[in-house]
Amino acid sequence: MIEISNLSKTFTLHNQGGVVIPVMDGAELTVARGECVALTGASGAGKSTLMRMVYGNYLAASGHILIDGLDVTQAEPRQIFELRRHTLGYVSQFLRVVPRVPTLDVVAEPLLAIGVETETARDRARDLLTRLRIPERLWSLSPTSFSGGEQQRVNIARGFAHTYPAMLLDEPTASLDAANRETVLGLIEEAKARGAAIIGIFHDEAARDRVCDREIDVAIYTPKVA
Amino acid sequence: MTPLLKVQNIQKLYGKRIGCTDVSFDLYPGEVMGIVGESGSGKSTLLNCLAGHLAPDAGEVMFDTRAEGMKDTVTMSEPERRMLSRTDWAFVHQHARDGLRMNVSAGGNVGERLMAVGARHYGDIRDQAIDWLGRVEIQESRVDDRPTQFSGGMQQRLQIARNLVTGPRLVFMDEPTGGLDVSVQARLLDLLRGLVREMGLSAIIVTHDLAVVRLLADRLMVMKDGHVVETGLTDQVLDDPQHAYTQLLVSSVLQV
Amino acid sequence: MALSGENRPYLDHSMADYNFAYLDEQTKRMIRRAILKGLAIPGYQVPFASREMPMPYGWGTGGVQVTAAALTPDDTLKVIDQGADDTTNAVSIRKFFEKTAGVATTEETGQASVIQTRHRIPEEDLREDQILVYQVPIPEPLRFLEPSEVETRKMHSLEEYGLMHVKLYEDISRHGAIATAYAYPVKVEGRYVMDPSPIPKFDNPKMEMAAIQLFGAGREQRIYAVPPHTQVVSLDFDDYPFEASKADAPCDLCGAEDSYLDEVIMDDAGTRMFVCSDTDYCTGRRKAGHIGAQGTAFEEDAA
Repeated sequence: MIEISNLSKTFTLHNQGGVVIPVMDGAELTVARGECVALTGASGAGKSTLMRMVYGNYLAASGHILIDGLDVTQAEPRQIFELRRHTLGYVSQFLRVVPRVPTLDVVAEPLLAIGVETETARDRARDLLTRLRIPERLWSLSPTSFSGGEQQRVNIARGFAHTYPAMLLDEPTASLDAANRETVLGLIEEAKARGAAIIGIFHDEAARDRVCDREIDVAIYTPKVA
Repeated sequence: MTPLLKVQNIQKLYGKRIGCTDVSFDLYPGEVMGIVGESGSGKSTLLNCLAGHLAPDAGEVMFDTRAEGMKDTVTMSEPERRMLSRTDWAFVHQHARDGLRMNVSAGGNVGERLMAVGARHYGDIRDQAIDWLGRVEIQESRVDDRPTQFSGGMQQRLQIARNLVTGPRLVFMDEPTGGLDVSVQARLLDLLRGLVREMGLSAIIVTHDLAVVRLLADRLMVMKDGHVVETGLTDQVLDDPQHAYTQLLVSSVLQV
Repeated sequence: MALSGENRPYLDHSMADYNFAYLDEQTKRMIRRAILKGLAIPGYQVPFASREMPMPYGWGTGGVQVTAAALTPDDTLKVIDQGADDTTNAVSIRKFFEKTAGVATTEETGQASVIQTRHRIPEEDLREDQILVYQVPIPEPLRFLEPSEVETRKMHSLEEYGLMHVKLYEDISRHGAIATAYAYPVKVEGRYVMDPSPIPKFDNPKMEMAAIQLFGAGREQRIYAVPPHTQVVSLDFDDYPFEASKADAPCDLCGAEDSYLDEVIMDDAGTRMFVCSDTDYCTGRRKAGHIGAQGTAFEEDAA
């Protein structure tokens, strides 16, 4: 489902003397359907960078990233957009939404974007919010005013609203209490069971051990400083 | 899939000064593209060339017309272009007073485009106007009030209703949230997102506000001194900018 | 080079001191060309180089120039103002042409070959050998909604008339009906939208007539025309159709049920009477023996 080959990445800081910083070199990774792979490595090793390249958020310097046959490094913006809409989900660490939009609609939006009926989408959103223990009285409010933990749970609900065949999870269990952590791990297991290919970053080792089939230490792809 | 709009090598010069030059891109149905850049970067010039308000000195603006397929709007006859601009195209101005008739009621403002394409049943026109006012969150009771009695945010929403009532396929927006309070901006952005999704609109949004494009635009085009310096997915351009100018632009945004 | 006293027009009022119908031949030629163009493109506003006339703008300078260009020495002229032959404006213009053109004048619609009018069409049907000249204050029907002349011209040329209906929409939304009672816009021969000058909308249906209709706007420098038997349709909505309205009463002098009426306040107590606005029509009926509720039998001297 996800095939990464010979992937490298550099940042060029034009406004700081044109410094070129290589951050990844020759990364290889394949994730099959129903498989969950954890990215490990010290902070700054490039876990998030790799994930962002897979999502098309960062441009690759060279190499290929095939997702369901589409090479993200070569695709047109609209192809990546379609991919994100239908195939590739991403649960980031931070919730980014239009202010003022009610939580229920924030969660339902990914479904509305692919043409699901409003009520069907909202039902799914209600179900997820309930499972993630967001009190119903908050559903009509914008999540921008919520606590960090609540925002994270809304973010997860939104990320799992649509049943993507491929998913990227960046610290999905961070800052969650035990019950909610359990719910999120359940959601990940459900996604695997229906055949989703997942790449995740988990600092929570117990969680990692429970849901991940393999681990990849991205440090091996970090360019050695000359 | 054929593009809705195919822009090739558009150039507009003001004497020796470059308005915009060498601009090419395809816009597909349902896509929202943002154009960012500082004042004088040529983004408004480009938008006006695309929308038929300015005649470019070179280049083609091919639009997928309903009747005849791809057609260059630069060389098409003026009646045809004006017909497009009140049916398949919409233009949302930064200042509502440029896009509204301030001495005509809200209902009349929304109904004008319907009447311009031949609607001649008062009751139907009024019903549609009221329906659209509702969709942009303006109460039915305000249908006979003039825009001069509306707040800035309401005027802008009225302008949007007036533009979208004929079901256009392509919307041009010039700083649609400029000059509005941030809370009003948010409401407008939410409204625009919903309409774009429900109606399957394609849109080109010119703005200098990076937060606006992040929320509204799928794709981004960065302009400087009349040239396109960078294009790509909106979040990619904002999070991993490649060009020196884009890096400067992104790093100059104040964090809240 | 001073003129000798006897050659000064203002000292010597004989006909010989004016060119026929006041305007010089070049000017009349220019105006006739505009008239012919207007007749060839019904409803289209033809620009013309309006001259200074010995009367203020708003008093019919456009109509007077068109009349001057249309008159021949054999014509018989009638001038009406709001339907009446005897108001200041009508009398002045009639006298102006008596003096400068020496043409015969009349108050009888049927006798006239050229009729200059302000704000009315005579009740009596006009014939093919007659010309009706309208005085027009503002020729552009789109003006009140679109201030730019460049834009209104473009709208005419591209037949973009949605705005005209916006005006009618506003009327209905504000008054519950199309409240425009005069200068009611029309579409001529399916093409140009035209301001019929401030005639009451009661007169609109009469514009499909046998006579030639010429419109002159002096201050705005426009001439337009409607040839005989041309289609003139008043704009409306399907669910608010055009209605030619008038006061719902008969004329109190002649009893006419079918004529446009003026309402006249008779005293401080608010007593009112309705009389035909077309004075010639009313007189004609009274001569024929028709008597209204407050009327008396017609006597030549009593009028």
